[in-house]
Amino acid sequence: MSSSTDLGRPDPAVAPTADGRPVSDRGDTVCVIGAGASGLTAVKNLREAGFGVDCYERETGVGGAWNWRHDRSPVYASTHLISSRPFTQFPDFPMPDDWPDYPHHAQLLSYFERYADHFDLRQHVWFGTEVVRVEPVEGDRWDVTTRSTGGYGPERTSRYAAVVLANGHNWSPKLPRYEGLEQFRGEVMHASSYKDPAQLRGKRVLVVGAGNTGCDIAVEAAQQASRCWHSTRRGYWYAPKYVFGRPADQVNDTLLALRVPLRVRQWLYHWTLRLTVGDLTRFGLPRPDHRVYETHPIANSQLVYYVGHGEVTPVPDVARFGDRTVELADGREIDPDLVVFATGYLPRFEFLEGRVLGDADGSGRPRLWLNAFAAGHPTLAVVGLVQPDSGIFPISHWQSVLFARLLTLRTTHPDRAAAFGRRVTAGLGERYSGKVKDSTRHWFEVGHADYLRALQRALHDLEGK
Amino acid sequence: MSGQPVRVVRGWEWARPERPARREVVAAVPELDQAKPPLLFVPGFGHGAWAFAEHWLGHAAGRGFPAYALSLRGHGDSEPAPGATLRSYTHDVVQVAASLPRQAVLVGHGAGARVVAHALARYPARAAVLVAPVLGGWGTFGTALRRNPAGTLPAVFGAGLRLNRRQLFSRELPDAEARRYVARLGRASRRAQWQLLTGRQPEPAVGRPPVLVLGSPDDRVVPPGALTRAARRYASAPLLFPGMGHDLMLDARWREPVDAILDWLEKDPAPALG
Repeated sequence: MSSSTDLGRPDPAVAPTADGRPVSDRGDTVCVIGAGASGLTAVKNLREAGFGVDCYERETGVGGAWNWRHDRSPVYASTHLISSRPFTQFPDFPMPDDWPDYPHHAQLLSYFERYADHFDLRQHVWFGTEVVRVEPVEGDRWDVTTRSTGGYGPERTSRYAAVVLANGHNWSPKLPRYEGLEQFRGEVMHASSYKDPAQLRGKRVLVVGAGNTGCDIAVEAAQQASRCWHSTRRGYWYAPKYVFGRPADQVNDTLLALRVPLRVRQWLYHWTLRLTVGDLTRFGLPRPDHRVYETHPIANSQLVYYVGHGEVTPVPDVARFGDRTVELADGREIDPDLVVFATGYLPRFEFLEGRVLGDADGSGRPRLWLNAFAAGHPTLAVVGLVQPDSGIFPISHWQSVLFARLLTLRTTHPDRAAAFGRRVTAGLGERYSGKVKDSTRHWFEVGHADYLRALQRALHDLEGK
Repeated sequence: MSGQPVRVVRGWEWARPERPARREVVAAVPELDQAKPPLLFVPGFGHGAWAFAEHWLGHAAGRGFPAYALSLRGHGDSEPAPGATLRSYTHDVVQVAASLPRQAVLVGHGAGARVVAHALARYPARAAVLVAPVLGGWGTFGTALRRNPAGTLPAVFGAGLRLNRRQLFSRELPDAEARRYVARLGRASRRAQWQLLTGRQPEPAVGRPPVLVLGSPDDRVVPPGALTRAARRYASAPLLFPGMGHDLMLDARWREPVDAILDWLEKDPAPALG
């Protein structure tokens, strides 16, 4: 297998692209797109399996979404983890055990930088280089066209044995449409532009959206803004980050480890929330229209506290915007200076034709098996395209381990690799969580235990065990 | 070791993560960084980082390898931990390994080799060296009982395992020195001692590290058969140093085994197959 070296001159022996551009042949090298958490772990695991790797990163540092100096980082000054350390760290590179249960984003970036240095990964990353096109070519290989992030210099096309898409899914803001929004004369921003509490100071703020980010920003607005309204479409379960003095996800996983059935866990969860948080409707929050575990979990101990102190006013969905006012679904009118849309992000693979990932109609919802493998493309994997009820990085780790083993088996046991391909086709769109609400935010929701169990089965099948 | 399937779901470990403990780590780092992998020495039960600080750390650093030794919790100057388990010890090793600037080589001595074998399933080491490995099981217990009944029997009832001078060192080591070392020995926790006999076998190593096994045919703790079995587990043969006791890093001819380890590492051993 080749190792990663400087990209050489275009190889005249290799057929040019369909539109006649010259191509450099990178042999058995694998291309990884993105040097965030998912990309880094893919580089590390592919190197460990003996593959040469070229990783393209549009920014000048590692960390992706968790490097808040990056254009596309959704991180704000006070971002902390929502899942506690054991669920967030890479399984083979633990975070220091004297770190807090829920580390700060700066600690997380230092963790990724240390991971990159510890395993000597930076030498495989082409920083400041963005991927323009990824095209399948014959022999299950891929032509990857890159250029410098600034757009300077010529485009360059290289042919790879396999491609890992690890470009993240929390950078392309999903903005809702509202009647009159264009005429609204107050300030409007998406949560992706929110960086610092100073942006809220002294203002009358409306936060739209009850994801973890929306709740965090509402809590910050409660402390900084002169007024804060928090608009949510439905009622949610606001789980505290600690129960019984332990991180809530660790308590939850104790029940999972004891194999307590879902219905019983839901009952216990409701009972615990009733004891600790109490009846949310008393605070003016809408009653949840679903059971816990049916939407992405919100871990926030402070929102209810600030609602109780009158610093956050819960309000229903926005109906329409006026010149200076916002009309709510219940007919009330409010007059914010600043509207923050914490309405999430949409996954985007702008360098790849939608049909490659089974998304021919461009809905932005690829049809994959294990949220990672596309039918008919045995040398392609998407890493980190999951919305788990826990940390993503262990999932990315195991996805990339599975892909590295699959690539190895294509040479050593092609029959097993082919059987895996058939499994991919048969399992497209398979879900790994119980019943969840249908929304753009939940189509790739996975329960961490169900999903990792499915990954473990796939690994065992691949190894013939 | 490659026969077992990979374990992805670790519900109990996530739900009940190991309690942090203050750990003693002793380091000897070469003046000039020669880009050699750092070595992390893991002492066996009763020993602390001091056992490697005596000779091996300085020698490794002198040959350009950044060298570190830790004391497992409850040992040396680490925090006391009477309730520690093999999992706690493994956690200590993985924590220190991951804190090093580069991918580390794990070197475990005695029961520390068993801890290293567990750690290899949780941390992709650059390579691993098992020195006079006590990998556990009832065979180990039988040997210890035969060779040192007075020191072993009380351990069955919860006391500390006591190793004597003749088990640990050759006759070449001056008596005063041997006595000084024996006086420094502590003890592992009762649970960890039991788990050495009854605990689960280590899971397969991650990251395909090459593994070297070395020891002495005259070791009165680990019989030659056990050395061969340990090496076979990692598809190799043991490197033997006749005339030395169990504590190869403290014995009179301590330089030979450490040089063999460093020579092996300098040859840049290939990753294991599979």
